Amino acid sequence: MALSSTAPEPRFLESLFARRSVLIALVVFVGIAGLSFLAPLVAPLDPDAMSVRARLTPPGADYLLGADAFGRDVFSRLLFAGRVSLTIGLGVAILSSVFGIAIGLLAGFFRRLDAPLSRLVDAMMAFPDILLALSLVAIFGGTMINVILALSIVYAPRIARIVRASTLVIRELPYVEAARALGTRTPTIMLTHVLRNIVSPILVQATFIFAYAMLAEAGLSFLGVGVDPETPTWGTMVNEGRQYIDQAIFLILIPGFAISISVLSLQLVGDGLRDALDPKLAKET
Amino acid sequence: MPRYLLRRFVGMIVVIFLVLTIAFVIVRLAPGDPAALMLGPDATPQDVTELRERLGLDRPIFVQYVAFVAGAVQGNLGESLFFNAPVTAVLAARAEPTIFLALFSLLFALVIATPIGIYAAYRRGSTLDQTSITSAMLAASVPSFLTGLIFQRYLATELGWFPVSGYGGPDAGFFERMRHLVLPSIVLGIVNSALILRFTRASMLDILGEDYVRTARAKGMTERRVVLRHALKNAGIPIITVVGLTFALLVSGAVVTERVFNLPGLGNLVVNAVLRRDYPVIQGTLIVVAALYVLVNLATDLLYLAVDKRVKV
Repeated sequence: MALSSTAPEPRFLESLFARRSVLIALVVFVGIAGLSFLAPLVAPLDPDAMSVRARLTPPGADYLLGADAFGRDVFSRLLFAGRVSLTIGLGVAILSSVFGIAIGLLAGFFRRLDAPLSRLVDAMMAFPDILLALSLVAIFGGTMINVILALSIVYAPRIARIVRASTLVIRELPYVEAARALGTRTPTIMLTHVLRNIVSPILVQATFIFAYAMLAEAGLSFLGVGVDPETPTWGTMVNEGRQYIDQAIFLILIPGFAISISVLSLQLVGDGLRDALDPKLAKET
Repeated sequence: MPRYLLRRFVGMIVVIFLVLTIAFVIVRLAPGDPAALMLGPDATPQDVTELRERLGLDRPIFVQYVAFVAGAVQGNLGESLFFNAPVTAVLAARAEPTIFLALFSLLFALVIATPIGIYAAYRRGSTLDQTSITSAMLAASVPSFLTGLIFQRYLATELGWFPVSGYGGPDAGFFERMRHLVLPSIVLGIVNSALILRFTRASMLDILGEDYVRTARAKGMTERRVVLRHALKNAGIPIITVVGLTFALLVSGAVVTERVFNLPGLGNLVVNAVLRRDYPVIQGTLIVVAALYVLVNLATDLLYLAVDKRVKV
């Protein structure tokens, strides 16, 4: 339980970066995200421009990371695809937190809602993530918004469980009782007294969900059931490159590494955040 | 004890009922007419009407829901639109590769990750500990399709150590079929070993911080004996937990792995069902997998009771 949000800021940063790996991971991730979001400015070539002569050119001077089967510049495509992949990850992290906080607060605060909401969360968690996400995407259609929605529905129960458990504890604390005695309305108590004190575990979990969502999105795109194939994402790039695995394995290695490095750095940052925000949990890593 | 079992059992029934409800609702939430959606843009209005009748979509939604749940409880998950066969039969025909893939990869992961996890906790902070934690995190960050494609390209296509893909053809014997599962199981096992390693290590660290371990150390017992005599005995519980936890990961991983190695299992079936808009098959897979998940977790909870006398009931 993270109740001590009173620690001064410098101490927090100091403990966050106590491990060098967390700092490196953050720098790497910010670098990848920065390059991706600045894609239109940074990309050397038009990501959709085809050139028959450049087909399957290996990485080199003309094409930094090579050219794909249509002769399109892999580096430029990687940057534009990264924008989509990262947006989906971030969108899922935010939206699943919103859903999860709403469900968790309601379940933790109102005894009557607890049992039905908790069982609903149990039932949602019984569906494996990719399976539920691909069913939802199949039915609603493969657009970026639908992929974000589907994955947010998949991951919201994880946030909901954490929020509910913390709410159950905080609800009974003296300062909540005091607030109630002073006549503070329930929604105000929920948002100012409870939510404010469980921001840390939510933030940690949201960082991990960012990572899982990027992996899941790549999986969906690889299966051909994610965002429509016209939109490049790192997953669709691997899927497209698959046909040429024998001649040009760099076509799957490059987007594959982009996914792996982003996910790895997010997980390292998540671990660092957890240790810095909640020292009691630190021994688990 | 009987009361705990009863409560646990009732809870399970409620969750399975909710799983059925969610699976029903998901398909009904589809924008537009599900029948028209399943048939695609080329269908004539007459086809659509016929399918609506066949699926019972012309009846009130509540009647459809009751019929759906009643059918599912009796083991009737509807008919596949593509195969024109009962969904249960379609699923049963594809279950073998998925079940063995899941079992082999779990076995692989347990054999690799449990001893390393225990040893890493025992030698906390050592180079081996650091290396194992880093590799576990790396394994959890690389998408399994990437590992699968790389292994397939180098270990199967180039070196010929493993079959490249497929399940050995229609006449393949049991051994031949299993041979085709070795490389996919290693790929899926690597992903799962990451979770198992971290979990085993964390649980072992917990155990090593317990009072009885401190007492044993205080008595002057060597660290080696402490681990072997006291800690290992209690490591069974976390291992049971992790098997329950990895189930979902195994299924999600199996969907992707089967696709990479072109195995005719449930994962491949469900992806094809999505591409063919075969909703009853999607629905059926969701229900069967979720019900299995619930059962696996019930089984692990019951195993707890048998292994750990301290679990209060």
